[in-house]
Amino acid sequence: MSTADTRIHEYDLVVVGGGTAGPMAAIKAKERNPALRVLLLDKAHVKRSGAISMGMDGLNNAVIPGHATPEQYTKEITIANDGIVNQATVYAYAKHSFATIEQLDRWGVRFERDETGDYAVKKVHHMGAYVLPMPEGHDVKKVLYRQLKRARVAITNRIVATRLLQGDDGAIAGVMGFDCRTAEFHVIRAKAVVLACGAAGRLGLPASGYLMGTYENPTNAGDGYAMAYHAGAELANLECFQINPLIKDYNGPACAYVTGPLGGFTANSRGQRFIECDYWSGQMMWEFWQELQGGNGPVFLKLDHLAEETIQTIETILHSNERPSRGEFHAGRGTDYRRDMVEMHISEIGFCSGHSASGVWVNERAETSVPGLYAAGDMAAVPHNYMLGAFTYGWFAGENAADYIAGRAFAAVDGAQVERAQARVLAPLLREQGLAPAQVEYKLRRFVNDYLQPPKVTRKMDIALDRFDGIRDDLEQLHATSPHELMRAAEVSVIRDCAEMAARASLFRTESRWGLYHYRVDHPQRNDADWFCHAHLKKDDAGRMSSFKRAVEPYIVPIDSQERTAYDRLRVAATPQPALA
Amino acid sequence: MTFTFRETTQRSAAPVTVDHDKCIADKGCTVCVDVCPLDLLAIDPDTGKAYMKFDECWYCMPCAKDCPTGAVRVEIPYLLR
Repeated sequence: MSTADTRIHEYDLVVVGGGTAGPMAAIKAKERNPALRVLLLDKAHVKRSGAISMGMDGLNNAVIPGHATPEQYTKEITIANDGIVNQATVYAYAKHSFATIEQLDRWGVRFERDETGDYAVKKVHHMGAYVLPMPEGHDVKKVLYRQLKRARVAITNRIVATRLLQGDDGAIAGVMGFDCRTAEFHVIRAKAVVLACGAAGRLGLPASGYLMGTYENPTNAGDGYAMAYHAGAELANLECFQINPLIKDYNGPACAYVTGPLGGFTANSRGQRFIECDYWSGQMMWEFWQELQGGNGPVFLKLDHLAEETIQTIETILHSNERPSRGEFHAGRGTDYRRDMVEMHISEIGFCSGHSASGVWVNERAETSVPGLYAAGDMAAVPHNYMLGAFTYGWFAGENAADYIAGRAFAAVDGAQVERAQARVLAPLLREQGLAPAQVEYKLRRFVNDYLQPPKVTRKMDIALDRFDGIRDDLEQLHATSPHELMRAAEVSVIRDCAEMAARASLFRTESRWGLYHYRVDHPQRNDADWFCHAHLKKDDAGRMSSFKRAVEPYIVPIDSQERTAYDRLRVAATPQPALA
Repeated sequence: MTFTFRETTQRSAAPVTVDHDKCIADKGCTVCVDVCPLDLLAIDPDTGKAYMKFDECWYCMPCAKDCPTGAVRVEIPYLLR
């Protein structure tokens, strides 16, 4: 199964993606069974890869005894997702949340504490208190790297994983990919694989038109979604898009979670608060979009009423964590928090269960629907899972994969599978002329904006499918002039798959739900009679992309009728204006 | 008629620049090249110094923050500035 340029490796477990969930999965698999040969494979470099490349300024979903209970958190996330939640997955996260925090704390991640030494939890969500600031969270990746070395996890950087390897019985048998500096093709045989490849963050085109000006780290192009799809895994609720409120043009988070507890808030052009709660949900984005479209837009982050020392604290946190170039962006435009509100806008669409609910389906053990394949982090469908959920599901995936591997042998693999994958991936480099990957990507992502960005219109989404078919033909003409550009070519293929999934999943659910995330103009009402269910998508036996319904699992934590609509009441009630004299 | 296929390139001013007086890539340092998530930096064989080879910058800053000599400057890409 090898050619001159193919390298074959063998590990018991391969974890694809070294950002947040991936390192945790690798470490926990080694702790479960130190004899396992575990490889952490990264497209970038594990030291600085993934969504938390430059750290994180806080935990958005900390379930800490004395501040919140797993039941309360599960209830909040269920309501914020209009009830379409596998509560078993959210509850499993919530029960383990504090153990994950304590683990990170022991490893050296610093969290904010109050004067009594207790964790300084803040309230940002609509109902409960789950936000724990990390003013020194810029070192998270360094902490993880140290633990990876201690656990003796093997690390390979700059390998772009492109397809999973499957045995004759369909079970996962490894992963294939190529080196983005040499184009050397790698076949890594394994007994199980954990996918932790992050969001599909290069789906929509940012309003700036700049390809890499995305909200997500642009390395997170949706590779995991495409690999899972082609291996036959089910994906869940993809139509529940990720759309976030961001700093206009800069396209990073405005960080109302950081500034909210210090007195900042999202305001309209009159400087007035219009949403009761800055926590990101479909309903919150609905109100945000209404304000942008209406006469009160644009929308701003308002800090100009705060005291000097508070502003300095905010600057220190926001200009050193997560997206530290923010300070330079503001300086370049002459924006000073003391005097100016920060103009905000709406992000491009994406898939990301870390913020919404769109991901590869997993159960509470981080198992996908394909034997031997696990998923964790932004790409795994556990709603609103954020960084702490990624660590927690990485933990589950690592331990459960280690148990799955016990006593298992390498599956027999058909060599033709490898040859096909290799020919497909390397073709753009072998062509002597053709289309530039960046141009094809730009056009594809512009179509995504034109036809898929909510409000979703049936006819537009039908057209989108035609256009994405056209792009599939264009993929056969891509020309890469270097291994680096070959990586971009491979990503265009992934983005195209995700775009088609986004269109088909959105067309399937003929109702509106999750506020702006799935607002369908032709079906503007929520329809619980027909659509109180998950919508799954998979590659069927004939190779077609097919959608189907799955019942919502019985609730573990009941929701009473009063609470059910809490997130529908996010708009600040209008105050009577004094009559003009 | 014989139409001949041509490829052209689009010019851009690299948002990441390197101070050659401070850069120690010629002494074997590859920190900025290693940490860039998008793999955009390289060592110029002519000067022995790091430079931005591909302009696909996410202005995320590991190259600048992790540089041991403070030789790397990241500006916001022009399209977003």
